[in-house]
Amino acid sequence: MSNNSFTYSEQSGGGEAAELGQEATATISPAGALGLFSSDLKKNEDLKQMLESNKDSAKLDAMKRIVGMIARGKNASELFPAVVKNVASKNIEIKKLVYVYLVRYAEEQQDLALLSISTFQRALKDPNQLIRASALRVLSSIRVPIIVPIMMLAIKEASADLSPYVRKNAAHAIQKLYSLDPEQKEMLIEVIEKLLKDKSTLVAGSVVMAFEEVCPDRIDLIHKNYRKLCNLLVDVEEWGQVVIIHMLTRYARTQFVSPWEEYAGLEHNEKNFYESDDEQKEKTDQRKKPYIMDPDHRLLIRNTKPLLQSRNAAVVMAVAQLYWHISPKSEAGIISKSLVRLLRSNREVQYIVLQNIATMSIQRKGMFEPYLKSFYVRSTDPTMIKTLKLEILTNLANEANISTLLREFQTYVKSQDKQFAAATIQTIGRCATNISEVTDTCLNGLVCLLSNRDEIVVAESVVVIKKLLQMQPAQHGEIIKHMAKLLDSITVPVARASILWLIGENCERVPKIAPDVLRKMAKSFTSEDDLVKLQILNLGAKLYLTNSKQTKLLTQYILNLGKYDQSYDIRDRTRFIRQLIVPNEKSGALSKYAKKIFLAQKPAPLLESPFKDRDHFQLGTLSHTLNIKASGYLELSDWPEVAPDPSVRNVEVIELAKEWTPGDKAKEENPAKKFYSESEEEEDSSDSSSDSESESESESGEDSMDSSEDSSEESSSEQNSESGSATEAEDKAPTKRSSETRGKSDSEDGKKKNKKSKTSDSSNAESSSVEESSSESESESESESESRKVTKEKEKKLKQDRTSLTKDVSLLDLDDFNPISTPVALPTPVLSPSLIADLEGLNLSASSSVITVSTPVFVPMKTHVLLHRMSGKGLDAHYFFPRQPCIFGDKMVSVQITLKNTSDRKIENIHIGGKKLPIGMQMHTFNPIDSLEPEESITVSMGIDFCDSTQMATFQLCTKDDCFSVNIQPPIGELLLPVAMSEKDFKKEQGMLTGMNETSATVITAPQNFTPSVILRKVVNVANVGAVPSSQDKIHRFAAKTVHSGSLMLVTVELKEGSTAQLIINTEKTVIGSILLRELKPVLSQG
Amino acid sequence: MIHSLFLINCSGDIFLEKHWKSVVSQSVCDYFFEAQEKAADVENVPPVISTPHHYLISIYRDKLFFVSVIQTEVPPLFVIEFLHRVADTFQDYFGECSEAAIKDNVVIVYELLEEMLDNGFPLATESNILKELIKPPTILRSVVNSITGSSNVGDTLPTGQLSNIPWRRAGVKYTNNEAYFDVVEEIDAIIDKSGSTVFAEIQGVIDACIKLSGMPDLSLSFMNPRLLDDVSFHPCIRFKRWESERVLSFIPPDGNFRLISYRVSSQNLVAIPVYVKHSISFKENSSCGRFDITIGPKQNMGKTIEGITVTVHMPKVVLNMNLTPTQGSYTFDPVTKILTWDVGKITPQKLPSLKGLVNLQSGAPKPEENPSLNIQFKIQQLAISGLKVNRLDMYGEKYKPFKGVKYVTKAGKFQVRT
Repeated sequence: MSNNSFTYSEQSGGGEAAELGQEATATISPAGALGLFSSDLKKNEDLKQMLESNKDSAKLDAMKRIVGMIARGKNASELFPAVVKNVASKNIEIKKLVYVYLVRYAEEQQDLALLSISTFQRALKDPNQLIRASALRVLSSIRVPIIVPIMMLAIKEASADLSPYVRKNAAHAIQKLYSLDPEQKEMLIEVIEKLLKDKSTLVAGSVVMAFEEVCPDRIDLIHKNYRKLCNLLVDVEEWGQVVIIHMLTRYARTQFVSPWEEYAGLEHNEKNFYESDDEQKEKTDQRKKPYIMDPDHRLLIRNTKPLLQSRNAAVVMAVAQLYWHISPKSEAGIISKSLVRLLRSNREVQYIVLQNIATMSIQRKGMFEPYLKSFYVRSTDPTMIKTLKLEILTNLANEANISTLLREFQTYVKSQDKQFAAATIQTIGRCATNISEVTDTCLNGLVCLLSNRDEIVVAESVVVIKKLLQMQPAQHGEIIKHMAKLLDSITVPVARASILWLIGENCERVPKIAPDVLRKMAKSFTSEDDLVKLQILNLGAKLYLTNSKQTKLLTQYILNLGKYDQSYDIRDRTRFIRQLIVPNEKSGALSKYAKKIFLAQKPAPLLESPFKDRDHFQLGTLSHTLNIKASGYLELSDWPEVAPDPSVRNVEVIELAKEWTPGDKAKEENPAKKFYSESEEEEDSSDSSSDSESESESESGEDSMDSSEDSSEESSSEQNSESGSATEAEDKAPTKRSSETRGKSDSEDGKKKNKKSKTSDSSNAESSSVEESSSESESESESESESRKVTKEKEKKLKQDRTSLTKDVSLLDLDDFNPISTPVALPTPVLSPSLIADLEGLNLSASSSVITVSTPVFVPMKTHVLLHRMSGKGLDAHYFFPRQPCIFGDKMVSVQITLKNTSDRKIENIHIGGKKLPIGMQMHTFNPIDSLEPEESITVSMGIDFCDSTQMATFQLCTKDDCFSVNIQPPIGELLLPVAMSEKDFKKEQGMLTGMNETSATVITAPQNFTPSVILRKVVNVANVGAVPSSQDKIHRFAAKTVHSGSLMLVTVELKEGSTAQLIINTEKTVIGSILLRELKPVLSQG
Repeated sequence: MIHSLFLINCSGDIFLEKHWKSVVSQSVCDYFFEAQEKAADVENVPPVISTPHHYLISIYRDKLFFVSVIQTEVPPLFVIEFLHRVADTFQDYFGECSEAAIKDNVVIVYELLEEMLDNGFPLATESNILKELIKPPTILRSVVNSITGSSNVGDTLPTGQLSNIPWRRAGVKYTNNEAYFDVVEEIDAIIDKSGSTVFAEIQGVIDACIKLSGMPDLSLSFMNPRLLDDVSFHPCIRFKRWESERVLSFIPPDGNFRLISYRVSSQNLVAIPVYVKHSISFKENSSCGRFDITIGPKQNMGKTIEGITVTVHMPKVVLNMNLTPTQGSYTFDPVTKILTWDVGKITPQKLPSLKGLVNLQSGAPKPEENPSLNIQFKIQQLAISGLKVNRLDMYGEKYKPFKGVKYVTKAGKFQVRT
């Protein structure tokens, strides 16, 4: 039947609905018969009728009511046939509600559910990505085993879909299929492998989730994607971040060596001492070597740090556990501040966070000590929060803060919440045992509490005092006497038992009281709790042994009472004690030792935190919260002693190395390898963060070639040390060589220009395709093929590998996920070493200068004509420089273009056509404008990377009918971004930029032009520079950096006698410097 | 991940259920009810409960329990945070997150839950995207819908989910372009008996209401950004820009959202704007006690303190209270034993006080601890930490927006021990 209807519905196309109806009525009859007996038959009947009506509104109404039934948990399954007919409805809302219904009941009505499958299969081919995605979602949510092959096929197709959104849904579908049919595992892993390579931030979280659910042990799949994941992390949506961070924590624990204290390493060494000679040698070598963190390990730690600032508590907690489990202990401290911040959140969040802090605070007190007061208890906190806070306070207690804490505890003891007061008393007990200095104080305090009016408090105090006294017996006779008196009033069994035990233990120290206590107890024996009875028996036995003269009869009386007690425990104990202590002929050898048995030295109890044993669970997990291993919990492995081969993550360097090996073999292999490695390589170079970018920039800029060489060399070496791809030795050679190459390519520039421009052209073409086509993914595949071309070229010129790397970078900039979506990474001022240091999470040393991009002092409103309305057939275009960091890329200058229609008819489809840009220059165009009404104007923004040159960017501004060639030539002052720096830093930087890098001129003008405000106004009007505070009246300083390469541009105006002034410009970019000087000079000398 | 969700009201009725994987029977909630019974107080129901086959993670919001059923290991905060996000979304859509509102809009609720979670993993949780997918109900729309039979499901497909700025919807258009920021600071403090501060810190948030057309790129700078040492950001904020320049640079979501929340830690001295003089005493072996509190301003920076409310949770033995306020009015609920004194404004000339007798249950021992006073107040036009917004710049769009910043200081968890 199922097969039948399935193929049947496949065939039927248009007249499906009608046919379906018949089918439905045929199958419904048994259900209908059943329905006769259900009370709400009538209601369902009219729902059916409504569903079969022709009006959408009736159908919608019916569906809404059905969904209401589902929501309340009422059974609506008998409506299945009537509902499923509407799966192909044109009305989106009906369709959606039918989906809701299907997903809920398909499992119960498998045969009928198959009727809907063909609709989904059709929708999977829909041109609209959202329809494809939702079809996949519903199809995969229908838990009908028969359609497993169809689902598998759909997932495979969707995983190669152009739309990242569809691919994301494919990742979700993987988990659904896996839970439906685990036998598909192998096939699904293939899909996961493919999706893991995906570069979209949308997909990353979902596919890692699928990975964790389907094949968490296949850690090898992660290697190649590790760096990509680390770098994408900031831009992934928050839920994905949590999953990825947890997975990467596990990964790091298997792949890197421990960054923790040396002794851990030493221990391992000791263990392996008797291993084979070679290994031992290795070990000892290792021991001598100071620990060097794997750059990938560092990358993970560094890239997760910003997420501590997330608004999502789960993300913060995930990062915190990552730092706890994998970062060096000295760095884990930064998480405490963020965790404490979470304590302001809802009670549920507080509960979980406090639990985790409790575990952490046992091991590393210092981390949370500065925040001690944040754990102070409020009377309005729920009890569970109070007790957790108390737990943490106990863990944090030390000699220094104990007195403050005890004062705080005093308040808590008086709390109306008695459960909490009792917990506080226990806490005081623990503090007393942990910190010997305050033991006596605590004991005294607790004794005072014995006279408290509340019984629970007294009882708890007794129990705690008992524990404390046990640790240091002797000298506390007084307290024991006091407690003996309490026996009359106190009724809580535990407390009574504790007192009796205490007296029994110390019966020789209180010889007068003990027998009397026994006497009283004998009187009330029958009415006591079992717990107390046992202790009475114990007390009797002990007294019998030490003071038999006075207590022999009493004890025997008690033993007789015990003999006939209701509880078998008591009877049992009585028999045991009698045999042991009362000498008779049957008693064996043991009774000789009775005294030793009863009055043995007993070890003091250890008062420990209940969180002591939780540390073997990964923090932040469900298992940690429950302190039980939850199903599906994945253990964190111990650090490996020797790190597994780090090069598995490292595609780039392997490739480079291969290219340099003279062997032909490697070459042959290359094309295939390339195909895979390409994407990673791209990621890699982008990730290695700003440094590599700066390098690439300086290379692509033509006139900046010489001057930037130094800096790029520096940055490339930095790259080694930070994100460095391979072992150091391996890496150094390439760098050297590449710098050589660079030198060469410099001199051969002319020759290579041809090739170069070709490649850059192709990358440009790509860029435009990316921007223009609305579906990014399409162009993605295009760009992939393009990039392959690029690589082929690259292979031809083996030595040019560095340049090709550059190209990869630029490719990446245009990649679908990267440009605008990375708000966090946006204006990365590349220049200052301090920033790089910052990224690493290191502290800024006081000496390093802080140079940061500041906001522009002044934005001139001067506009330039791009296209005059006469020549533009009515289209008028002006451009202007808003002096803002460009949002399209941090090397670009932002340009705003105002388009105005001065004609009397509509201008349609305004867009940018062909571009003729000098080499290296890049442009981010605006989105095409559909139409512009007469007299209407619109402002769009673009980004142009001028490569720090004043060359014109020439491009075509096209309308539907015409193309106008226009160009933008930037004034030199717009190629700068203002930076804020102190006078000291300014002088320091200036000192480094003398000689060749300094240009100066003398300006002569009237003295009234030399007031500070006039100079400031004039300078900032010409150039986008930031004013530097100056301590001397006569010297005005301005600082900026070039947009593209980030070189500093320092302008000094020094007033001399009379009406002259010295204008000095210091910069590496001498060309720009001298142009700027030429421009500034006349402006300053003007009246 | 999240298997099913049950919504339970205070009287223990399960009034909504939703399953993302196969159906889990309602009976699983029995474990939850058991825990609830044990806890006595709703606040004390443990958020994580282990049952033989499932784990229950619950939150308590607006008198409702959101109970989710989990089958395998998952970070509990992940679920808790998500459930709160669900509650926030309901709040956002229906104006309140109550049983009635959810029951009235059960279809929208179901559609929302369907979009927010796929196979137990969050899909779309940004309100901007959700609102494009499913339009929130308005009176007008419901009238129109009932007449035309059109739906509240968006028929245009959302762009946000696919765009590079997932939190903002495309094509926003306003005639009045406005951007408002509310700097709200709350003082959390514990003041001890003698009036000295045991603990004080400032918790601040900046809530934004942005109604700007197009794709504005805003940057908000402060006069004294160094004050903010511990900040959490909305995902739209560019973290690096903050790190390097201490400027909040972002493309905002459309509508209301929380831009940042921050903490000014207790290391800095926190100015406490009010002081309380109190004398509460219960006589031994007598059925009455005295109650006397006075509130006065202190370091209020020239602003009036208003909206003062004092809430006291009296001990159980208190039967009734006979008090006379010099200002405002008071109520005492003999069942919950909560005394509420609505003071209003403080005028320094005449400090408000509340005096009188307390009737105790005769025969019961006198309470040994005096109740602590919870104080609420509000100071307009002042951020107690001294934080000041310097300027707001907008890039990327041409129009001139109307900008506004408002400062308010409130009492957070402000407690005076007596």
